[in-house]
Amino acid sequence: MSKNKLTHLKELESESIYVMREVAAQFEKPVLLFSGGKDSIVMAHLAYKSFYPAAIPFPFLHIDTGHNFEETITYRDNLVKKLNVKLLVGSVQESIDSGRVEEETGVNASRNKLQTVTLLDTLEKYRFDAALGGARRDEEKARSKERFFSHRDEFGQWDPKNQRPELWNIFNGKKQLGEHFRIFPLSNWTEMDVWQYILQENIKLPSLYFTHEREVFERDGIWLAYYPFMQLKPDENVVCKRVRCRTIGDITCTGVTISEANTLEDIIDEIAASRITERGGRSDDKRSEAAMEDRKKAGYF
Amino acid sequence: MSGYLDMELLRFTTAGSVDDGKSTLIGRLLYDSKSIFEDQIEAVKAASDRLGNEEVNLALLTDGLRAEREQGITIDVAYRYFATPKRKFIIADTPGHIEYTRNMVTGASTADAAIILVDARNGILEQTKRHSYIASLLQLDNVILAINKMDLVDFSEDVFNKIKSEYEVIAKKLKLKHIHYIPISARDGDNVVNPSDRIPWYKGNTLLHLLETLPVQEGISELPFRFPVQYVIRPQSDKFHDYRAYAGRLASGKIKVGDRVTILPSFTESTVKAIDEGEASLEQAFAPQSVAIRLNDDVDVSRGDMIVKSDNLPSIDANISLLVCWLNHRPLSIGAKYIIRHTTDELFGIVKDVYFKVNINTLENVPDDKTVKMNDIAHIRIKTSKPLRYDLYSENRITGSVVIINESTCETVGAGMIVESLEEQTFSI
Repeated sequence: MSKNKLTHLKELESESIYVMREVAAQFEKPVLLFSGGKDSIVMAHLAYKSFYPAAIPFPFLHIDTGHNFEETITYRDNLVKKLNVKLLVGSVQESIDSGRVEEETGVNASRNKLQTVTLLDTLEKYRFDAALGGARRDEEKARSKERFFSHRDEFGQWDPKNQRPELWNIFNGKKQLGEHFRIFPLSNWTEMDVWQYILQENIKLPSLYFTHEREVFERDGIWLAYYPFMQLKPDENVVCKRVRCRTIGDITCTGVTISEANTLEDIIDEIAASRITERGGRSDDKRSEAAMEDRKKAGYF
Repeated sequence: MSGYLDMELLRFTTAGSVDDGKSTLIGRLLYDSKSIFEDQIEAVKAASDRLGNEEVNLALLTDGLRAEREQGITIDVAYRYFATPKRKFIIADTPGHIEYTRNMVTGASTADAAIILVDARNGILEQTKRHSYIASLLQLDNVILAINKMDLVDFSEDVFNKIKSEYEVIAKKLKLKHIHYIPISARDGDNVVNPSDRIPWYKGNTLLHLLETLPVQEGISELPFRFPVQYVIRPQSDKFHDYRAYAGRLASGKIKVGDRVTILPSFTESTVKAIDEGEASLEQAFAPQSVAIRLNDDVDVSRGDMIVKSDNLPSIDANISLLVCWLNHRPLSIGAKYIIRHTTDELFGIVKDVYFKVNINTLENVPDDKTVKMNDIAHIRIKTSKPLRYDLYSENRITGSVVIINESTCETVGAGMIVESLEEQTFSI
């Protein structure tokens, strides 16, 4: 690498930090959506770097489905303490209890979709005008058309056919009353970039991402972690396997990978050799061909 | 370990329509570089079956929205990613229809290079000129003319040479810098990732090899130093009581500790005390790094200001000539006031006049038509509410570009490239 050239990781980092600072400058009340997954952990790291030695100038918001891996919650609480940021939690259970949403039933029941209502309610409650998320364009085909600054109308909806053009590095965060923006600083990162960056920056991750023994069962070719609140079909059996999470979301729809990967280097090798995308294990995307597009239009992450 | 932490990043745009084989080409690049996964291929196979396509339709891989799949057209810019051991690539995949000029301009605005597809059977068409004009307008350093479907013209060297010499005339007229010609068959993969033994007379690079070796970020750190201030970092904590740094991303050039700088618009001078990047302090920084700069003097600096080296100042003027691409269904209105975003600065601008429109199919100027509608490109003059600190777009893509915003709808309605005023204008086409 010659002297005055940035590596791809450095250039991506520089772009994301630029976006974070634009958000702090252009919006009155931004918030960072924190799920406890690796992408939001990278987001937290970038936010820290963007404003150091000042504190991160926005709180974190966790939309809690109530179906979390415990490790995620422990990790989250330690991280916000270390970064000295305020943590807000939007609870899907509360949305269910107050009758805002109805719990899905049946074997494929998931609270993943219900999160949208809790998210929009929470954004409105605190009057947040920009919500930073860790979504990447390489994740899913509907996401490949997403902007860095993604405009949402007063109903929180995304109109993919009528997006604002985004040119050079000029981001237009102007909006009418009641509207808000979703901001995606990691837009240009791939899964591999995220892992390489975690390695380069020596970022600590929850142990879930590394190999561990866990009770799992197979459904439609995907291994799911077993928890007592999950309903099994008659032909499904709980077995013990060495697995790791490739993504971390709501337990009911996060597939785990059979893996012996114990270090970041192992994980990077495993992803390089993998022939399945990371969302290939997400049953929420498999509900229909446009499942992600439909959820995004309604205001999903 | 099979990942590389120090690859370079190349951003390129592809222009063309499905008929030129653009989707097939992108599918081929992704597939042959092993960037497509099994579950993606299976989803595309299933969708192809459902739509009654006999072969696996790679276009379905690249069309993300429901409406696009239903109508078989690309509506919006889609971004795609792949990597080889040498480089990571970002493709801005833009639709080629005439009504989507705004998408091509958007995709090209962040690109280092453009791939323009030509069907070997049809040669240079109006749309080839249109795509080339946009590559020239947005000042892309490298244009790759991919002459596709060579299998359908018997891999004829004569056909290739004829198209090449015809294009050279256009390239000269448009002042394109570096042009590369490659005969390919995207469908069969000739010269895309792997060299073709069916085209023995072609001795040049394959497309992928060319993409891996094109110069990137070249020159941007050699330009004059421009640092638009984004945000002021003031910790207000006991430990960092007197800390004050100006955060931003170097638009161009480089800076080191001790350099003498001038802050615009106040013209205050100071020297660089420190360059911070997170917890680290750097001796120097170069574009496009994001850093925070501390100065030795207590000066007044805020967002929208620009820090430059004292020995090389930008132009400063409130009368600005622009080549503008109009992006909105409401036409440009002469005499109207718009919000102008330039680097991190924001001000008002009034459109004083439209000098001419560009017919991007014939590459001719149309002086008497002053109606600038969506997808039109025009030379206009604006007067801004305070002077802009700028460089010409031809010299600096970041300090030479503006975005025009409608004050009442808040929409982004225009993209402008700063050019010399018409009197000094040498950009003739």
